[in-house]
Amino acid sequence: MSIPRLQLAHITKRYPAVVANSDVSLTVQPGETHAVLGENGAGKSTLMKIIYGSVKPDEGSVMFNGQPVHIRNPQEARALGISMVFQHFSLFDTLTVAENVWLGLDKRLTLNEVTHSITTKAAEYGLDIDPSRPVHTLSVGEMQRVEIIRALLTSPRLLILDEPTSVLTPQAVEKLFVVLKKLASEGCSILYISHKLHEIRELCTACTVLRGGKVTGVCNPQVESNASLSRLMIGAEPPALAHHARSAGEVVLRVQALSLPREDQFGVDLDDVSMQVRAGEVVGIAGVSGNGQKELLYALSGEDTRAAPSMVQVFGQDAARMGPGGRRALGVHFVPEERLGRGAVPTLGLAHNLMLTRTDAIGAGGWIHVRALQAQAAAIIQRFNVKAGGPNAAAKSLSGGNLQKFIVGREIDANPKLLIVSQPTWGVDVGAAAQIRGEILALRDAGCAVLVVSEELDELFEISDRLHVIAKGRLSPPIARADATVTLIGEWMSGLWHADVQAHLATEAAHAQA
Amino acid sequence: MESYALLLAATLNAGTVLAIAALGLLINEKAGIVNLGAEGMMLCAAIAGFAAVVHTGSDLAGFAAGMGAGALLAAIFGVLVIWLNTNQYATGLALSLFGAGFSAFAGIKYVQEKLPERPQFHIPLLGDIPLLGPALFRQHPMVYLAMFMVAGLIWFLYRTRGGLVLRSVGESPESAHALGYPVRRIRLGAVVAGGALCGLAGAYIAVIYTPLWVEGMVAGKGWIALALTTFATWRPARVLLGAYLFGGVTMLQFHLQGIGVNVPSQFLTMLPYLATIVVLALISRNPAWIRVNMPASLGKPFYPGS
Amino acid sequence: MLKLEPRPQPSQFWSLASPLLALAITVIIGVALFAALGKDPVRGLQVFFWEPIKTPYALGELMVKATPLLIIALGLAVCFRSNVWNIGAEGQFVIGAVFAGGVALTAGKTTGGWIVIAILLAGIVGGMLWAGITALLRDRFNASEILVSLMLVYVADMVLSYLVYGPWKDPAGYNFPQTKTFESVTQIPRLMAGSRVSIGLLIALAAAAALWIFLFRTRAGFAQQVGGLAPAAARYAGFSSRRALWVALLTSGGAAGLAGALEVAGPIGQLTPYVPAGYGFAAIIVAFVGRLHPVGMIFSAVLMSMFYIGGELAQSRLGLPKSITGVFQGLLLFTLLACDTLIAYRLRFTALQAGMKGAR
Repeated sequence: MSIPRLQLAHITKRYPAVVANSDVSLTVQPGETHAVLGENGAGKSTLMKIIYGSVKPDEGSVMFNGQPVHIRNPQEARALGISMVFQHFSLFDTLTVAENVWLGLDKRLTLNEVTHSITTKAAEYGLDIDPSRPVHTLSVGEMQRVEIIRALLTSPRLLILDEPTSVLTPQAVEKLFVVLKKLASEGCSILYISHKLHEIRELCTACTVLRGGKVTGVCNPQVESNASLSRLMIGAEPPALAHHARSAGEVVLRVQALSLPREDQFGVDLDDVSMQVRAGEVVGIAGVSGNGQKELLYALSGEDTRAAPSMVQVFGQDAARMGPGGRRALGVHFVPEERLGRGAVPTLGLAHNLMLTRTDAIGAGGWIHVRALQAQAAAIIQRFNVKAGGPNAAAKSLSGGNLQKFIVGREIDANPKLLIVSQPTWGVDVGAAAQIRGEILALRDAGCAVLVVSEELDELFEISDRLHVIAKGRLSPPIARADATVTLIGEWMSGLWHADVQAHLATEAAHAQA
Repeated sequence: MESYALLLAATLNAGTVLAIAALGLLINEKAGIVNLGAEGMMLCAAIAGFAAVVHTGSDLAGFAAGMGAGALLAAIFGVLVIWLNTNQYATGLALSLFGAGFSAFAGIKYVQEKLPERPQFHIPLLGDIPLLGPALFRQHPMVYLAMFMVAGLIWFLYRTRGGLVLRSVGESPESAHALGYPVRRIRLGAVVAGGALCGLAGAYIAVIYTPLWVEGMVAGKGWIALALTTFATWRPARVLLGAYLFGGVTMLQFHLQGIGVNVPSQFLTMLPYLATIVVLALISRNPAWIRVNMPASLGKPFYPGS
Repeated sequence: MLKLEPRPQPSQFWSLASPLLALAITVIIGVALFAALGKDPVRGLQVFFWEPIKTPYALGELMVKATPLLIIALGLAVCFRSNVWNIGAEGQFVIGAVFAGGVALTAGKTTGGWIVIAILLAGIVGGMLWAGITALLRDRFNASEILVSLMLVYVADMVLSYLVYGPWKDPAGYNFPQTKTFESVTQIPRLMAGSRVSIGLLIALAAAAALWIFLFRTRAGFAQQVGGLAPAAARYAGFSSRRALWVALLTSGGAAGLAGALEVAGPIGQLTPYVPAGYGFAAIIVAFVGRLHPVGMIFSAVLMSMFYIGGELAQSRLGLPKSITGVFQGLLLFTLLACDTLIAYRLRFTALQAGMKGAR
């Protein structure tokens, strides 16, 4: 039995509101690709921060290559050979790629030496990147490549990747796996944090499952099924959603040739976007973040009113120049991606947060009927099963999932004719996610038109009737869910939806099989 | 002609005060911290410097005292906004108000005091060039020091790894923290360094520029220095240029009075303040320009471990 | 070791207790300062906290000082709650006084009592105009309202100086820089005989009540504040940030101008270069110490006046310079900001960690 690369024993970390890690033990062998599986809030990130030196455990020990170590900060971790690729990149927008990488390396190298190393390493692993480009000009996938090269240049013996594929197209995921397999074959151990079961089963040879801060199982994902892994992760099978076939009604939202130059220097221009959403159907928009979703949603919610009036029509009425208030009067409600800070004001209570989009408790002259407001909030809390300290609990005191349930509930409670939702279950625990998706389907069954923008393909496949893909500010034609496959959507995410390209790809696939 | 040479000399002198203070604030802001207490720090440094010269007779002691006062006040400010995460704008304002009150209080005894004869400086040969010589080469060493500071700061910020780290902290303290850099200590260092420079500028005002002590004698230069860093889009060379520009506008009022322009003195005194407003308006018009040059975390609180 | 732990919910207790703790710390530092200056600390405390409230007349003087502070602070509270940093209230005060003084100067022997209303309105208009410049530059050019409003303070002082040294100088005033004393008819009516307290106090209290209703019971007030708390949420809700900016600045400008008018047509009775007394800056402290809340600001305005009057008494009775007031005011704001940390954070004493347990 070889000496384990990494051995964590009885790691415990307590925060004021929660025990993030409780008696966690983990063993990683050299050259092993080890998954750490768990849903949001299970304690995966905290554990990785402990290994990387950003956080100190309250109890427990860490052994690296058989030696006990005290890792006090990320520099010490890097000196040992532990490197990390972060989920939310730790990059500096206005600096160049080379400068960004330089900051992640401790050795006394000059910038020129670093630039040269970047080019060599990139070639070795097939990662295409120009060291002199400022980071803010890169796409999200390219930014991740910078993170990876930065990690590779430290010649790591243990590489930690935290949810690396949430920003990649399926094709880019394949390329990443090639890089990781090469790295593992050279003896580097890999810790792969994810909640995506099929990826773990494809890439990893060992898996530790966390739930509520504790280890619930250690297994080999190659021999497990999605169901068994899921049971370890959430204690049960994933809940199945009821699906009723429905025929769509009138057109509620029509977007015609929407073209909009970017507002923000680092944004994306919208180019000739056209789509329709009918009553009683769910239309999903898939796409990797940074391809224009944000800009499109601003134009639809009324936060961006620069478009020509007829580019966005609700029930046939020109709405592109209307603000959010005007659109709500037409029955359009929107759940934004950012909850704290945009969907809700963090320091205000839930009842007051109702007034962002609801005017039911507002009387003549704008007078606030406080008791009516609180009753309304309490009703929403109960109906949508929100765990909160009452209608006056500060929004920031709720967990991510519960706050999302409240915000979604607030908009559904308004009986909208069109509900637009962005990233409905991002960062939300599985139980709440299932409830939210169920509510969306129930709304659709009741005849509401629903538009869902999400980066989680699984989710879109589960709840959509029709799908579009947004790529580089352009929108693909719609495709029925039944006709869509992950491969096809993946290609479309690279912008390859035009008929001639599709035909070409089809013949290529046919040749490959022959 | 000769009066224009005098104007140039006075401009360099006046601009130096603004430049040194603004460079200090630039260091602050590159790390992401905006210190509205510049005026208060400069006032306290002015009285500290003045008092030190009165008691020791040494100008150097005056400058050191000024830098010390600025650094101390900046350190208190820094601990509050960096570790206790108090609102940067409110805390800076508190510092300015406190500094104004404290300097007036501490300066009571020194109002009638006079300093020993102020030294004259003269670079041999260069100082004798007709017209430009007296203007450019007979200045107090601080004037030349300011120019070296600009060069030094440019080199530090853009050619050294330390400067890169500082800029990265200002750009994204969260990312710098994730990479293991001691963000809070770096920010405190920047704040204290900035305070020391503001203190140096404040001491210069009371020890050299107008060698006396009067309550409120900084007369808004701390605020103009704050405007300067925005005006210069956080680049040291532009700070110096802008400082000379504003120094020139300030000196213009005396020049105009001297050549008998018949405008009430109050309108001339207003000129630097009006100029600041106009320049701010013109510079701030282009949000894209600001975004690329402004340290992204400026003014925002940083919470490690969130 | 001391550690700061974030609280899940902001502490109600410390929201109220923090200003009191800050005051206590300021008093302690004050006592030390008195002792260091060789003055009897007990006498010092007496002068600041007892003398100003000892007699009905003293209370009246307290209210005279508190009135402008409160009015300006009420306006500033709207600004700060909207995240608009108007620190040029002093300039808006001065221009309000100038406009008011201009109207007052038109009064003759036969002018009716209505001119008082005109004077007050002129003050409001003047203050709004001056603040409007800041609003315009921020709205159109995105210029920092902090720097613009402050620069305008210096400009306002120069405008006043020009007027009292120049066109508005009293020809019969022995060449002193001051306007002629305003006719008695322009005087703001007193509340009662024997005291200098004017109806300005009633106006201030009414304004506080109006502010409470606006902030806590109207949708417009809610919309105004969301812009300051979470700008992205305000945009999402459809609340206009442009309207919030103008409302904030015009309200605080008008309030400061009103205070200027009350001062100039009240206690001062003419325009002099000494009209700017720093109330615009002291009101910033009043606003923060009062938690930006109408009721809190009534108390903190009274507190701040005690500092002013105490400072004057300290000069006459104890031989301390009047500028000690400024020291205490600045100190109070500093300590308040530090104590406010306790609202969002809890102080914890943790044992020093000797590495991880179990590792040998």
